[in-house]
Amino acid sequence: MTLNTQPNIPEPDGFYDELIAAHHGLTKDQSDALNARLILILANHVGDRAVLRDALKAARP
Amino acid sequence: MVGATYALAHELYPYRPEAAREGHHPVIIIGGGPIGVATGLDLAQKGTPTLILDDHDGVGQGSRAICFAKRTLEIADRLGAGRDMVEKGVVWNVGRVFHGDGEVFNFNLLPEDGHRNPAFINLQQPYFEKFLIDALRRAEGEGKPIEIRGRNVVTGLTQTAEHVTLDIDTPDGPYQLTADYVIACDGARSPTRAMMGLSFEGRVFEDNFLIADVRMKADFPTERWFWFEPPLAEAPQSALLHKQPDDVWRIDFQLGWDIDRKAELDESRIRKRIDEFLPDGTEYELVWTSIYTFQCRRMERFRHGRVLFAGDSAHQVSPFGARGANSGIQDADNLAWKLDLVLKGLAPDSLLDTYHDERAHGADENILNSTRATDFLTPKSEMSKIFRNAVLTLARDHAFARPMVNSGRLSVPCTYDGMALNGPDALDGPARTRPGSPCPDAPLADGFLLDHLKGKFTLLALGTEVPEVESTLPLDHLALTDADLSDALRERYLGEAPQALYLIRPDQHVAARWPEADPAAILAALAIATGQS
Repeated sequence: MTLNTQPNIPEPDGFYDELIAAHHGLTKDQSDALNARLILILANHVGDRAVLRDALKAARP
Repeated sequence: MVGATYALAHELYPYRPEAAREGHHPVIIIGGGPIGVATGLDLAQKGTPTLILDDHDGVGQGSRAICFAKRTLEIADRLGAGRDMVEKGVVWNVGRVFHGDGEVFNFNLLPEDGHRNPAFINLQQPYFEKFLIDALRRAEGEGKPIEIRGRNVVTGLTQTAEHVTLDIDTPDGPYQLTADYVIACDGARSPTRAMMGLSFEGRVFEDNFLIADVRMKADFPTERWFWFEPPLAEAPQSALLHKQPDDVWRIDFQLGWDIDRKAELDESRIRKRIDEFLPDGTEYELVWTSIYTFQCRRMERFRHGRVLFAGDSAHQVSPFGARGANSGIQDADNLAWKLDLVLKGLAPDSLLDTYHDERAHGADENILNSTRATDFLTPKSEMSKIFRNAVLTLARDHAFARPMVNSGRLSVPCTYDGMALNGPDALDGPARTRPGSPCPDAPLADGFLLDHLKGKFTLLALGTEVPEVESTLPLDHLALTDADLSDALRERYLGEAPQALYLIRPDQHVAARWPEADPAAILAALAIATGQS
């Protein structure tokens, strides 16, 4: 499997809304913690180490 | 003058002036700690005369290492000390992990059935050392060529192509010894390493840990309890509670880097911390306290000519994962048979190079595991801590996060994959018994498999016969009968294969395996396993 960087989420504006809404009313610390939990949950769902490595690479500035 | 630098728990080998004689020895071991004694005992049981020199005359106080793994107990069984250790030790299987004031999850080591030894025992290091010395005395009584000299301090070392010369200091003054080979088992601050000007590079971890061993009558279960960010007023970053024999409990507080060491070791301050940690009104006696810091590092080479380094002198890890003493005992296990064969002229000197190759591989694995555990315990950046705490939060409700919680990955022996001594793997057999693997124990009709692997090369036949082989190497034959072939044994050594022939090294690692093999194939594998091809 390779990392899919093509559009893959149906109705992307709706997802983006939900992502931002998930942080609503949280302090910076709480938001950081949420992001960390979210990354771990999604990473576990992906599972494939090669894909995760590619994702880490793609995310690096 | 020779003076003691630490107090003794047991005086076991007092200085005897008449023993301090000049002379030549095949093997001299510097250091009478657990690794030195285990190595000496193994060599002597194989018939190679060994002299151990120790700068003290007994076993130091303080619990120090307390967690001994199954592989260590298996090796100790072979050396004649394992039963004493298991009888005295505390067996534990359940661990609980807490974060703040709540339990995150618990685990059971669920040791696999069909092994003589438990996955772990907790035992104070002075007992561990004393049982090894007891075994040494028994071996001595049976006429095995082993001697230990207390208060014999090595102050100088020179080597030529032919031998090593040691300068020794004693309460009655200096003398000299020569040896074919010297094994330095003189600990993390190895004076031998310093005398030879060898470096010991690695990573310093900026953290202090307070150990307090307390004696108390408590009805806590025999479990390993580990807290991240425990809810205490002067919060340490982590805390550990673990049971030892004699109603002693190990309490370990992670204090951070910037501490006043002297103030933290003050008894009233330690008691204040413990009072807050234990249930109200618990009465206890402080048995031993210490503050330690640690490094993860190893020598670049474990062999320097005729001098070999084993245990903490060669490599050092954090205590998380119980990989210090346990890996040192595996060094002893690896080195003794090789040195024995070299000294008997049955293997080339180059076999000793594979001691470095195999055990440096083990040390690297231990350092990697230990470093990862340490990074989880002491996150090195703000984001690292955010992720660490995210793992702990998720682990309460989600199984996937629990394997990421790392309060120490407990010691298991390494497999010498890809190493030069491995012979053919011609059997379509289980991965866990591929060449390079330590033999897993298994029940037989009479006792356990590892009881029958007694420190020689062994041909182990399952469902077939052992071919007649004429070798100069000491070689045992073990043909298992149908009555021996339990499900556990099949699962560990046969898998789907109907029959198998294993060549097993003296240290109980698999050298080669086949469905069947002729004498020429076996001799070829023996040559590979002894560095002769």
